[in-house]
Amino acid sequence: MRTQDGSSRGLVQALADRGIFGILIIILVGIAGYYLLPNNLALLTRITATALLVLSIDLVTGYCGVATLGHAALFGAGAYGAGIASAHFGINEPISMTLIGAAAGALAGLISGFVILRAHGLAQLVLSIAVVHLAHEAANKASGWTGGSDGLSGIAPGAIFGVFEFDLWGRTAYVYGIVLLVLVFALLKILVRSPFGMLARGVREDSLRIAAMGASAHSVQMRMYVISGIVAGIGGALSAISTQVVGLDSLSFTLSAQSLVMLVLGGVGSLYGAIIGTVVFMFFEDTVSAANPFHWLTIVGALLILVVLFAPKGLYGSAIALSSRLTRRKSA
Amino acid sequence: MQTVLSIGIDALAYGMILFVISIGLSVTMGLMRVVNLAHGAFAMIGGYLASYAARDLGLHYGLAVLLAVVGTIAIAIPVERFLYRRIYGASELTQVLMTIGITFCVIGIANFVFGPTLKTVPLPPSLSGSVDLGFRSIAIHRLFAIGAGLVVAFALWFLIERTSFGIRIRAAVDNAAMAAALGVRTEIVYAISFAVAIGLAALGGVLGAELLPVEPYYALRYMVTFLVVVSIGGAGSISGALVACLLLGAIDTTGRYLAPEYGEFFFYLAVIVIVTLFPRGLMGRLK
Repeated sequence: MRTQDGSSRGLVQALADRGIFGILIIILVGIAGYYLLPNNLALLTRITATALLVLSIDLVTGYCGVATLGHAALFGAGAYGAGIASAHFGINEPISMTLIGAAAGALAGLISGFVILRAHGLAQLVLSIAVVHLAHEAANKASGWTGGSDGLSGIAPGAIFGVFEFDLWGRTAYVYGIVLLVLVFALLKILVRSPFGMLARGVREDSLRIAAMGASAHSVQMRMYVISGIVAGIGGALSAISTQVVGLDSLSFTLSAQSLVMLVLGGVGSLYGAIIGTVVFMFFEDTVSAANPFHWLTIVGALLILVVLFAPKGLYGSAIALSSRLTRRKSA
Repeated sequence: MQTVLSIGIDALAYGMILFVISIGLSVTMGLMRVVNLAHGAFAMIGGYLASYAARDLGLHYGLAVLLAVVGTIAIAIPVERFLYRRIYGASELTQVLMTIGITFCVIGIANFVFGPTLKTVPLPPSLSGSVDLGFRSIAIHRLFAIGAGLVVAFALWFLIERTSFGIRIRAAVDNAAMAAALGVRTEIVYAISFAVAIGLAALGGVLGAELLPVEPYYALRYMVTFLVVVSIGGAGSISGALVACLLLGAIDTTGRYLAPEYGEFFFYLAVIVIVTLFPRGLMGRLK
């Protein structure tokens, strides 16, 4: 099939493999969102920040096979890291704030990876839940630093490069978010195609065999956890910079569970799936929960059950499977 | 001394309620290997049904409890038949998602039917007073909860260790395929165990309504607690679950009395320490 129209098809495939199309689509959708929903840029920025969190869960769940219900700990660490840097230390340069958030996320990833990766199965799940609850209670207690349940306020990011001020409509924050998302996506695409990414997938498929080959599954998962922490931390920092407030909900079990749901909705083990799941879920949430928050919960529940029963590979995975079946039928 | 005694009684009552609710989860998890996050949702349904029967219909407490248990099992049977059976043997992630989905649905529906307010289960006069021990008094309801927990623990022990059905359960827990090959009808064992587990959850939801108030977010709020109990006790172990409940009840209640401003910090810290030291639970059978 691929030999028929040789090089052009090969080129398309190569571009697709390297995520060039993905990057182009993100940029195009980003521009379209900017012009189509100019009054909703805050929502779009929130989606972008959450997409970073979901991407980071995908790294450990989709690529390393670690089921976690506590990933908001990493996101919250990034948000509080960037927020505290601005509110308490006067570091208001947005790019430095983002880097601090990434570093805080990496540290949180290191710690929670250290705790969570000691166990398997149910125990691992319970540890991940305990980690996020522990972080939540600690942040609540340390209200001198975090503002406790009132939230951390007084975050005042300066202009990017001293030129682009954060305006009332959130245009700068939105563009900054899309740029961050594109950069992270491109880097992650390289990461998952790298030998390390292959090794991580091997650990998910059969960690015993990886161990027999002489690689340490634990160290692969640990490194992935730190990388995932960086990505989640950037997401958290973006959310702190764009909303200029950090609440305890950014460290909550609910956020962890919801972002896992987004990942599964889109498709586990694919970067596209993570982003598609986030966008679909959050748009849906915004529309339905405006009407009635409890109906929203019922609908999410029903949606989850349907996805598990009928589209276990998620929206993206099912679409790919469908299209490959169609092309196969055509060529046959 | 006063404080120690209050903490002791409260911790014991709380631990026993936890035990009645989570032992069913432990059994189904040991037996069917399903991470059932919706277990708390069934306890909540039990609480709602009992509240409706006792408060709105004016039935007697004992009758309300019975109605709650039977009603919850009746609701759970089709759920087991059509949803749970499809995720036996699936990956943990799949099971977690399916059961979170069920939990969300139950919360939404409960709120739609019963409203967002807190529901109480009115106690009969024989349970609502307190006994005077001379130096202090103890609420009868607490003693009742403790007694109920002990009865449940003993009844389950008897069922599993001393009856022929119990032998079949143990065989299916240890090796389902081999048990089926020897003529144990594992599907029926699964269905009955599931019904018993749900019935116990409902019972615990009603008995514990004083300690764990019934409201729509009940299912989400305590979901983690029940899961933690099973993980610490070891799935499928009654004595493990009992020890875990008493231990966690003690830690949580002590934390609440002595350092309320830390919330559940010490509870989760203890969870991390225990799970790290005993990854298969204190007395787990799961390998």
